[in-house]
Amino acid sequence: MASLITCPHCGVRPKEEFTIRGDASLIRPAPTASDEAWHDYVYVRANPRGRTLEHWQHVAGCRRFLVIERDTFTHEVHSVTDGAAFARENGR
Amino acid sequence: MRYSAFSIVKNALSGNLKWKPQWRQAEPKSHYDVIIVGGGGHGLATAYYLTKEFGVKNVAVLEKGYLGSGNVGRNTTIVRSNYMLPGNEPFYEFSMKLWEGLERELNYNVMLSQRGVIMLYHSDGQRDAYIRRGNAMWMEGVAAELIERDQLKKMIPFLNYDHARYPILGGLLQRRAGTARHDAVAWGYARGADRHGVDIIEHCEVTAIRRENGVVTGVETTKGFIGCNKLALAAAGNTSRVGEMADLKLPIESHVLQAFVTEGLKPCIDHVIVYGGGHFYISQSDKGGLVFGAEIDGYTSYAQRGNLATAEHVMEEGVTMIPGLSRVRVLRSWAGVMDMSMDGSPIIDRTPIDNLYLNCGWCYGGFKATPASGYCFAHLIAKNDTHPVARALRLDRFARGYAVDEAGAGPQPNLH
Ligand SMILES: Cc1cc2nc3c(=O)[nH]c(=O)nc-3n(C[C@H](O)[C@H](O)[C@H](O)COP(=O)(O)OP(=O)(O)OC[C@H]3O[C@@H](n4cnc5c(N)ncnc54)[C@H](O)[C@@H]3O)c2cc1C
Ligand SMILES: [Zn+2]
Repeated sequence: MASLITCPHCGVRPKEEFTIRGDASLIRPAPTASDEAWHDYVYVRANPRGRTLEHWQHVAGCRRFLVIERDTFTHEVHSVTDGAAFARENGR
Repeated sequence: MRYSAFSIVKNALSGNLKWKPQWRQAEPKSHYDVIIVGGGGHGLATAYYLTKEFGVKNVAVLEKGYLGSGNVGRNTTIVRSNYMLPGNEPFYEFSMKLWEGLERELNYNVMLSQRGVIMLYHSDGQRDAYIRRGNAMWMEGVAAELIERDQLKKMIPFLNYDHARYPILGGLLQRRAGTARHDAVAWGYARGADRHGVDIIEHCEVTAIRRENGVVTGVETTKGFIGCNKLALAAAGNTSRVGEMADLKLPIESHVLQAFVTEGLKPCIDHVIVYGGGHFYISQSDKGGLVFGAEIDGYTSYAQRGNLATAEHVMEEGVTMIPGLSRVRVLRSWAGVMDMSMDGSPIIDRTPIDNLYLNCGWCYGGFKATPASGYCFAHLIAKNDTHPVARALRLDRFARGYAVDEAGAGPQPNLH
């Protein structure tokens, strides 16, 4: 992937400062949701070839969680948003 | 043509001009009993056992590229059965036994080399974990040996035993494990399947799956529509994309794994050595190149190329384990796209669609599984019944709470 990620707090940094947690498009079901909803959340992944949303943490920087929109084929990073801001914007 | 000493001499005397192609260039018929998507090791092995072992006729393998262009020709060729969990170990041991008879079975030299796989440990805790793994292997009737530091020093003198952070204290050895020639495995199964009448159709990409009244009736391909009674998916790193064509929701992420080969050297590494301090593993090919790899790049990827930072990390690990490696030149690197499943173990199962079958989620380890995967998948397709050694590898294990998680990493594919 692009070997640089632009952290909204720290600026342009090498990708190695970050760790990935995985798919950020999933929405955590309510505790009382069905077994199937929980199964899908924990185990099922869309796994697109193309644009995807992911959680990355800037561990060697501000330590904030970020949401990165990345292309899984070209490795291009399209956008980087602070995790909390992303959640607010998307009403989570 | 069967290969033999006689056929080699005969062909040599006629200038090696009369060898026949190993499989036909088949054109698709309008309908097959079974279509297999993916001409990798697993798809070809499945076709071979379907026709040879289970008597199914009228089978086709559809491959979007050329035969063996996927992971079967990109892997680091390690075969072993030193797994720990009861859901995995019998399956991989079944595969190991098939490997041991494969050359005779296929009349093909797959260059199985049982040179031994040794996994190094660096701490007391890791030694205990390997003892436990060795015991788990013995419980399934598979021999394992714990090699202590002094003995190991005699066997493998060139390791960095006194590293400050990862001193090498010993290793767990499976002597029957080793390597096989990966391309030859694909070619051998292809030739065997072809001889039993399987149509192997290269450059034929499946682009859609056609369904009527809830069952699959065939596939749209770059060579037109092809009908079938049963459809079997063995598309390795592209499983999610092929599965999507039938609205399957799968516990899979695609990740990229890199491998490297150095210039040819005289024989120097006798075993497959796995560095327990990281994930580095190395062996020497029969041509003399050192073949090695380490962990996946860490993020989902469909690009058949890796990240340079990961390449650097792999080199670091290698040099930590074998300081002398720093003097060797790397000739080539490449990457493969693999299915990483949510528990790190494969899936061989039926799907919610009655005549659609699934073989996927091989993560790092699918090459060693090729014979057993093909056999068990063929068993499932032919009999609609799971082979006993693949019972734990079903798709609904996640919903039932029976994940097969060797690494104990939980549902996070990039940690397996
Ligand atoms: C670098 C690397 C090192 C590895 N090292 C080892 C190792 O040492 N030991 C080990 O056990 N395993 C190893 N593996 C894993 C192993 O290679 C794979 O798990 C295994 O090869 C997968 O099965 P396959 O051979 O059938 O896959 P593939 O050879 O990838 O076959 C799948 C085929 O499906 C085709 N396909 C996909 N989509 C379509 C479509 N729509 N239409 C038609 N065809 C399609 C692809 O072109 C491909 O040829 C390694 C993998 C990599 C990448
Ligand atoms: Zn930051």
